[in-house]
This record gives sequence, structure tokens and C-alpha cells, in this order.
Amino acid sequence: MKDNNMDIVYDVKGLNLWYGDNQALKDINMKIEKNKITAIIGPSGCGKSTFVKTLNRMIENVDGVRTSGEILYYGDDIFTNKLKVEELRTRVGMVFQKPNPFPKSIYENVVYGPKIHGIKDKKLLMKITEESLRGAALWDEVKDRLNENAYSLSGGQQQRLCIARSMAVNPEVILMDEPTSALDPVATMKIEELMEDLKKDYTVVIVTHNMQQAARISDKTAFFLNGELIEFDVTSKIFGTPKDQRTEDYITGRFG
Amino acid sequence: MKETRFNIDENRIKRRIMLNNRVRDLFSVVIVLVMAILLVLLYRIGKDSIGWLDLQFLTSNLSIFPEKAGIKGAIIGSLYMMLVVIPITLILGVATAIYLEEYANDGKVQRFIKINISNLASVPSVIFGLLGLTFFSRMLNLGSSILAGGLTMSLLVLPIVVVAAQEALKAVPSFLREASYGMGADKWTTIWRVILPVALPGILTGAILAMSRAIGETAPLVALGIPTLLMRIPNSLMDNFTVLPIQIYYWTLDSVLTREYTFLAAATIVVLLVTLFILNSIAIVIRNKFQKTF
Repeated sequence: MKDNNMDIVYDVKGLNLWYGDNQALKDINMKIEKNKITAIIGPSGCGKSTFVKTLNRMIENVDGVRTSGEILYYGDDIFTNKLKVEELRTRVGMVFQKPNPFPKSIYENVVYGPKIHGIKDKKLLMKITEESLRGAALWDEVKDRLNENAYSLSGGQQQRLCIARSMAVNPEVILMDEPTSALDPVATMKIEELMEDLKKDYTVVIVTHNMQQAARISDKTAFFLNGELIEFDVTSKIFGTPKDQRTEDYITGRFG
Repeated sequence: MKETRFNIDENRIKRRIMLNNRVRDLFSVVIVLVMAILLVLLYRIGKDSIGWLDLQFLTSNLSIFPEKAGIKGAIIGSLYMMLVVIPITLILGVATAIYLEEYANDGKVQRFIKINISNLASVPSVIFGLLGLTFFSRMLNLGSSILAGGLTMSLLVLPIVVVAAQEALKAVPSFLREASYGMGADKWTTIWRVILPVALPGILTGAILAMSRAIGETAPLVALGIPTLLMRIPNSLMDNFTVLPIQIYYWTLDSVLTREYTFLAAATIVVLLVTLFILNSIAIVIRNKFQKTF
């Protein structure tokens, strides 16, 4: 019974995750659709970051993590060896909470991915750099200083550089773990504007602490609480007519 | 409303300030004393070397006439030995550190190895000399050649390089690793392209300090039976050799017989000190230049 529906990127089935003895995700079932922005909201410690890091297996870098259940990525279980973790992470890019460019030039940051995949042609690399930086709405700001160190950029620019860097390997999905939580409102707005363009080419899963952000940018929203997926629906429904009382309590600000 | 109150004793505050000042004075005196001892030593050595330390001294062979004697042989011996020590310690040391920090799981065996490498760094150097004598000189039949000396010295400074490289690797922020893994990079690509470039200044600093230790170390070579009096200049790794600190040792010992040897020893000490000073300065410059990346 393989799910061959190409509009479903991720099919999460009965996912459990433990940090040692502490269960962080409880029986998550969720389908993530192609070319949509899926927002994950919930209070601190609800497992939303853990969940998104499980989607590209980054969570396995933490000691003592165990999982059960399966996550199908276009029909392939990511926990089996059919899909190498390096391949999964090439097809699924990630943008982290804190901007984390390499201490190299802006150009070297963008071409890091293409280079490790063996691309050496200078012209092609330059083309990838321009396209990726344009895609992340950063090109006009940095086109004359591609050889400057990435740490000379502002925090918001660094985060867009990280988005450009992940776009440079042509991923199908971009995971974002609270990408604007370390940024000021203006930089946050720029990244939100960018999201609308991103979903034309990518499937985006974004974890956010900020409910207004989820309401503004996402097509679908998942509400996590204490490691459980409480409600997952079209964003307007989650914020308009939630089915679960806990979702309503959270989005109306009664807790969290 | 806060209920508990106590009176502040102003005399107590005064006493504490006084104590602070006395402690500061005490520490100042100690540092002045230490510096003074050092300066007296440097002054005496410097004074003794005047008139003896010149180009002729650096470029001449040993001689039975003190006026003609030079340290060319010892300089070349030290250089040759470093030619063995530098590649061996860098390659083995960095590889060990990479394995321990990046590849090894944090199991009991790994922790045991890590603790013991730190312990090895504090083993007396003469022990390494005896190990070298047994293993390199006798079992591998290398005698007291440059190769035997270089390998022994490598063993001595290897733990220092490993520990320094481990610290440098540990100091690489984890968000850089995450960024690389998140792009689909494998471990070695991440180490080679991201971690090593960031850790390199730290590794180099540690390596240079280890090298200056190797240049100045005497005991392990004495244990190996490195000849103190060598008239011939070595020209291959299998030749016998002598090094600067051994030369100092020899001239100091024999200064009882020939008074001029005191001056030769002093001049050699100055050469060695200047070399070490330059090496340590390079290490400091590298550290300062690169530590502000983040």
C-alpha cells in the first residue's frame, strides 16, 4: 500500500520520539502537501522543533534519541537505508533558528552545497549564486560584495543568506525552525514576504512561536501540545473555527 | 515589607578595603621578585655571550679552540630533528584529535583514551627518552640517529598537539556543523571544509608551542645517548647528531675545565631563547589574528 500521490511530500505515520526516557513526540500522524506552507505552532517544549528536525533526521545528532513509527518521503521511509540521510538532507533543506553562515565569503557560503555535490564550473556556480541570492531577495544588497565575509552582513541578511544557501542545492522542501525569532521586525517582514515566493518552487514547513506569523503566511497550520498533534487543518480554520478547545485556548492567548 | 534588618558596620567595610589593598601589594611584590630573578638570569647570560655570539659562532663547526668553536652542527641537528618531529606530530596528532572529537562515540573506552592522552602530556620527558631508547634505538636498531631522536621527541610532544587540537575542534560552534549536515554534507566533507578551517588557528598555536618544547627539550635525548661532542655535520636522517640544548649541556659541564666554555654556553642559550621567543610570538600572533572570527 504505497502512497503514490505526488502531492503528498511527507506522510508521517504513528511517529513517536524519545529523548532518553522522556517522550517528546506521541503518535504523530500528518500529511504535508506539496508547494504549500505548513506552519507548526505550539507553546515552548511542545515538540514542534523536535518534529521538524525529525523530518530531515537532524534530531539524530542529539544523544539518546529513539524513534518509532515511520515518515514516508514521497513513499520512502526516511528511517530505512533506502534513502541515505545525506540524500534526504540534499532534497530537504533547512534554515535554523539562529543564522548560521560559514565564516567564509558570501559567495563561498552559497556555493558550499553545489561544491560538495561536485560542481566545479565557475560560470555555473556564479549562475547558481545569483539565482539563489535573488530567490532569497538578497542579490541587490550583496551583488557588489560577494567576496566579503558573511559575518559582515546584518542578522536579517545572514538569515536570508542561509535561505539562499539552502536553495542553492535545489531542494524540494525547505524546513524552517523559527527562522525569524532572532531577527528584528523589519528583517522578519522581509523574510515573511519572501515566503510567498518560496512556495512556488518549494514545499515549506515552518516552526514558529509567533501565531500572527503562522496566520499571515501559512496555508495549513498544525497545533502541537505536549508532544501531541492536537489539530491540523487549513490555517483559516485553525485561527477561525478550531475544533479542539485546547487549540482555541492557545490561539486566543489563554496559555502559552 | 522586609522584616529582617541588620546594621552595616562601617569599620568592617574599611577593614575589608584595607585587606584588599594588602593582598594586592603582596601579589605585586611576588610578581616583581619573579621578574627580577628572570631579568638577573637573562642579564648574566646576555653579558656572558657578548663578544662570543657572532656570525662566525653560528656558522662554524665545533673546535677544540673556544675562539673558533661554533654551533653550526647543533643548529643543523635541531633543524633535522624538527623535520622529523613536525610532520609526524601534525599528522598523527591532528588525526587522533579528529578521531576522538568527531568520530568516536562517547563510550567508556573513548573516555579512557582521552584521559590517558591528557595524562601522557604530563609524563616526565626522561621516561619518553627511555621508551625511545628501548624501542627506536635498540628494537628498531636506529641507534642514536636523527630518526631515533626525532621519533622519540615526536612521542613526547604528541599528547600536547592532540590535546590542543582537541580543544580547537571542540571550540568550533555546533551551529556550523549543523549548517553543513543540513545541506546533506557527510561527516568528512564537514570536517574538511568547515571544521578544520575554523579550528586551524587553534591547532597551529598548539603545534607551534609543542615544537618549541621539542626544540628546547634535553632529557629524552640524553637518555637516547645522543653524543655531546660531535665534530661532523649530519647530512642524512640516519646520521648521529646533536642539538642546541645538548650543546649547552656539554659546554656547561666542561666549563670547569675550560673557562671559555661558559661563554659559548651562554651564547648558545641566547640563540635558543631567541628561537623560542620567535616561535611563541608567532603562536600568539596567529591566535590573536584569528580568534575574532565569531
